[in-house]
Amino acid sequence: MKKSTMLGLLVLVIRRDLVLAMRRRADVLTTLIFFVMVVSLFPLGVGPEMDMLRKMAAGVLWVAALLSSMLSLGRLFSADYLDGTLEQMMLAPQSLSMLVLGKMAAHWMVSGLPLVLMAPVLGLQFDMSVQALGVLMVGLLLGTPILSMVGAIGAALTLGLRGGGVLLSLLVLPLCIPVLIFGTGAVEAVTSGLSIASHFALLGALLILALVFTPWVTAQALRISME
Amino acid sequence: MLEVSNLACSRGDHRLFSGLNFHLHLGQIMQVQGANGSGKTSLLRTLCGFLVPDEGEIVWRGERIRELAEDYHDEILYLGHLNAIKDELSALENLRISAGLSGIELEEKEAVTALRRMGLRGREMLPTKVLSQGQRRRVALARLLVSDAKLWILDEPLSALDVGAVALIQELIAEHLAQQGMVIFTTHQPLHVAGIEMRILSLS
Repeated sequence: MKKSTMLGLLVLVIRRDLVLAMRRRADVLTTLIFFVMVVSLFPLGVGPEMDMLRKMAAGVLWVAALLSSMLSLGRLFSADYLDGTLEQMMLAPQSLSMLVLGKMAAHWMVSGLPLVLMAPVLGLQFDMSVQALGVLMVGLLLGTPILSMVGAIGAALTLGLRGGGVLLSLLVLPLCIPVLIFGTGAVEAVTSGLSIASHFALLGALLILALVFTPWVTAQALRISME
Repeated sequence: MLEVSNLACSRGDHRLFSGLNFHLHLGQIMQVQGANGSGKTSLLRTLCGFLVPDEGEIVWRGERIRELAEDYHDEILYLGHLNAIKDELSALENLRISAGLSGIELEEKEAVTALRRMGLRGREMLPTKVLSQGQRRRVALARLLVSDAKLWILDEPLSALDVGAVALIQELIAEHLAQQGMVIFTTHQPLHVAGIEMRILSLS
């Protein structure tokens, strides 16, 4: 028997959540398919006007990413809450924030990272330039972890509530508006030949802020929900 | 070791108990008794720190548990009504993960030995969704075998268990007490530990 370290516990939680996600593949796939469907509906609905499509591409992809990441947030803590694992997590000899950070990381790998990887393929439907696709990807890479982390606060607050899913979206979506603005702003800037540095700098700053504060806030919210 | 003074707890507007005082020393065992709804589970959850008491203090080794936080969690083991077991994972994976969450890195061999002692030989690799209620409870109880916690807080540990498993749990508790451990538990079934005086706390 060996005592586990803080890092060991973080890795344990991430690995556990990834294994569980692999065994419940349907949950992961629904998020991804939702993203693909929503994005693909726009070119069909708007019609084949290239100029129009190119202009709305970034917005559509970002909003679709935002909505599909909401879909999986409800499950972030609820399964652990219902089967009692969350109680055991709160009694772990390391800080709860660390375990929460692990769950956020696993959630992003399962529901955020696939969106980042799919985005360039879907962007082609909107005739986006290679440069714009690159910027879109980097933007999503910086932005989707923020969505997972801010979303985790909402998921913790609505834990165990009836109809929590809708409430969760209402709570979290407004908080994600800055990410949406800077993410789409970066793509717009690169297509009109402006500098993208400021947009990425702000997204990066938001990411760091989220990394520092959201695990702690989520841990407090979980403690309140457990009472 | 564990001192509880003037503890009061309520759920909603309903006061469950108040003015509760007791202390527990090394090698002692205490049963919490009371009718359904008398606050047994709430008391145990308060002792774990999940619930904040309305009044009173819970002191562990001379310090309040709120201030000890993770240091206190390191020394207790809580087993509630919920098994904290994932259907998709095997008994072995479940045990290794729950031990990991309580801060112990368990080798596969140690985990298999513990599961076999719990009477789950041949079922270590099966997903727990195919196991019966009693077998799932045994997987959860296997944590008792691999824990180094001083204080066990057990909420209805005997529910869904057969006669053989109940005898095994009594044996485990006796071993734990012999190693200067402490146990607080609730049960509606008789539980006898040979040679040890059972302290009773009645909630009304």
